[in-house]
Amino acid sequence: MLKQTEGSQAVAEAVALSRPEVVCAYPITPQTHIVEGVGALVKAGTLKNCEFINVESEFAALSVAIGSSAAGARTYTATASQGLLFMAEAVYNAAGLGLPIVMTVGNRAIGAPINIWNDQTDSMALKDSGWIQLHAETNQEAADLHIQAFRLAEMLSCPVMVCMDGFILTHAYERVDIPTQEEVDAFLPPFEPVQVVDPAEPYSIGAMVGPDAFTEVRYLAHHKQLRALDLIPEIAEDFEARFGRKSGGLIHPYRTEDAETIVVALGSVNGTIKDVIDAMRDDGHKIGCVAVCSFRPFPLEALRDALHDALRIVCVEKSLAIGIGGVLASAVRMSLRRLYREVFTVVAGLGGRPITRASLRDVFERAEAEMLDDVTFLDLNWEVVNAHLARAREVRKSGPIAENILKAMHADEGADIEEAEAGE
Amino acid sequence: MTTDPVKTEPAVGSGAQQKVKFYQTGTHTVGNRLLDEAQRTVQASMDRSNAITSGHRACQGCGEALGARYALDAAMMATEGQLIAVNATGCLEVFTTPYPETSWQIPWLHSLFGNAPAVATGVAAALRVKGRDNVRVVAQGGDGGTVDIGFGCLSGMFERNDDVLYICYDNEAYMNTGVQRSSATPPAARTATTPAVGDEPGNVFGTGKNLPLIAMAHNIPYVATASVADLHDLEEKVTKAMSIHGARYIHIMVPCPLGWGAASHDTMKLARLAVQSGIFPLFEAEHGEVKTVQKIRRKVPVEEYLKPQKRFAHLFKGEGDVDRIAAIQRMADANIKRFGLLDGEER
Repeated sequence: MLKQTEGSQAVAEAVALSRPEVVCAYPITPQTHIVEGVGALVKAGTLKNCEFINVESEFAALSVAIGSSAAGARTYTATASQGLLFMAEAVYNAAGLGLPIVMTVGNRAIGAPINIWNDQTDSMALKDSGWIQLHAETNQEAADLHIQAFRLAEMLSCPVMVCMDGFILTHAYERVDIPTQEEVDAFLPPFEPVQVVDPAEPYSIGAMVGPDAFTEVRYLAHHKQLRALDLIPEIAEDFEARFGRKSGGLIHPYRTEDAETIVVALGSVNGTIKDVIDAMRDDGHKIGCVAVCSFRPFPLEALRDALHDALRIVCVEKSLAIGIGGVLASAVRMSLRRLYREVFTVVAGLGGRPITRASLRDVFERAEAEMLDDVTFLDLNWEVVNAHLARAREVRKSGPIAENILKAMHADEGADIEEAEAGE
Repeated sequence: MTTDPVKTEPAVGSGAQQKVKFYQTGTHTVGNRLLDEAQRTVQASMDRSNAITSGHRACQGCGEALGARYALDAAMMATEGQLIAVNATGCLEVFTTPYPETSWQIPWLHSLFGNAPAVATGVAAALRVKGRDNVRVVAQGGDGGTVDIGFGCLSGMFERNDDVLYICYDNEAYMNTGVQRSSATPPAARTATTPAVGDEPGNVFGTGKNLPLIAMAHNIPYVATASVADLHDLEEKVTKAMSIHGARYIHIMVPCPLGWGAASHDTMKLARLAVQSGIFPLFEAEHGEVKTVQKIRRKVPVEEYLKPQKRFAHLFKGEGDVDRIAAIQRMADANIKRFGLLDGEER
């Protein structure tokens, strides 16, 4: 049914349609509306046969999920930012134990300085934990990916993280097609766990493994994700056949035919990028883009095929690998092995900074002209940076540095105003 | 890929019982077989339950291995084998499950050091939603996993009154990592992080957590302390705890020969001296109120308890650290007074 609804609410309804049996979460912005939505559906009796557990921390939230999933219940949780990092130990553990938990991450920056707005630093921090990581481009895709995620997780016995940009998607009202319960039931069979703690058949789950077998266990985790490279497109195709729309899959290429420049990005920023590409195509630029939906497993082959004929690649990333630059660009370079292509990193939208079409067009044109630096920070305010760098060379003063910078900037402004007033 | 779950013999199931070998026969050591059937302990039965098989890798004289076996066997009996155990990281986890082996005859799940109570909550929630009300959950951890790193999750589990029995095996330090101080380490005890040097050697006075009292403050249905010194009492308390639904907590003192610097054959003796000196009072509480206490048969001075342990050896060097031994004695006396442990003393 078509609905004008908030992204979080659409995801909550999609999760409820997937019939989770245990849902537990701790509130953190911008994830809160999602679990509030699921909680309300449980409380209202719309989502039946589901335990909604309130917990004291994100660490506990995923730990409860580990217990319920190991005991054979379809399990869902959601988090963001500091919450994801607080549960980091359990994130690795859920993957190591092979538990098919589905978790939404409402992507948000990581402090310090504390910042509630969107970027993708949080999920990037846990990209190598063994979770499958799918990035939604729109609210429709976010909702659809959750239904697909449960099927994928349970087929592989592997946890799946569905990432959606905080606020930009979670809090945005858009038209979303929410499927019926019958449609979802036909697509998503009931959960049949491959391993379960049950007195009828006692297993020990979570034994200590020494050097003799640990590498093999890790290899098998890697192997499982490689299997997902086949399953993710299969599930997306089946979804399209049943629900009549494309959602999920490994990558979404857009106007890449004859493109000399291809932009690669994750999540909602692809919408803006497509607008820029349309405008540039109208002006005769040979440019296209590829949205990466499956960041883990990383679709090396699919991306290599998509990028094969381009001359250069621009990775627009809403995260920063401090000390090297681009997280996405590193993976993209791997997909280009033995192909020489220029790969540029554009770090954009950190901590919720708007990513404008004008700024994107500027960097894309500079890339076309081979004028772009390897790593570019979109719309970086050099005044602030230089003020700090100059300050850092001076004798250090007490107090928070950010505060001092602002004070210094305001002092300058004040002087300007005084001068202007005096002039009048 | 997961670490393959380790399959054990389906020896328990609904029957929950298993023929076990008795190492000593013709003595009374393995239980009270001279007693009436109804009064006998779980372990005295010829077809007792058997949560942890022999052949695990605990140290000789390990109090935790003993406590865990008695506690879980009693819980198995109480639930007719319909029991799932969740374990925190620690000695108990390490010595029972070196992959691909396992000593657990019951379904057993280990996740992390600090999350056993929350994982148990999840298992209980799954059982509830699946309608499997007859299957019960026990979570367990050492003192480090309970009073320190798992404390937040434990408090959350208590606060929600989840249907979980949490058992803490308290050996008063981080023994698995080489004997470092926990917040259950007693004053003056030497550990790797509270060395026996300086003006006040060993752990400082006036710190630490009394988790049974903290558990009582959560107003949960049942809190008890127990000791491997009195296994009959331990079994009874576990059995009682399994008859109750909601959050329950049992704190068991389990001496650690390695960490305490004591002889392997002195485990039971030390546990008994801790109880008889008043250092470790045995009591039960319901909804925050102390209901029963185990009286001290013969009050012993704390020196008798401290002396056989190398972790307190610095207190007895030369003329002895009279002041600090007296301070420990005052703590024991305060327990005796607080809980009314001596006959004739009202609580």
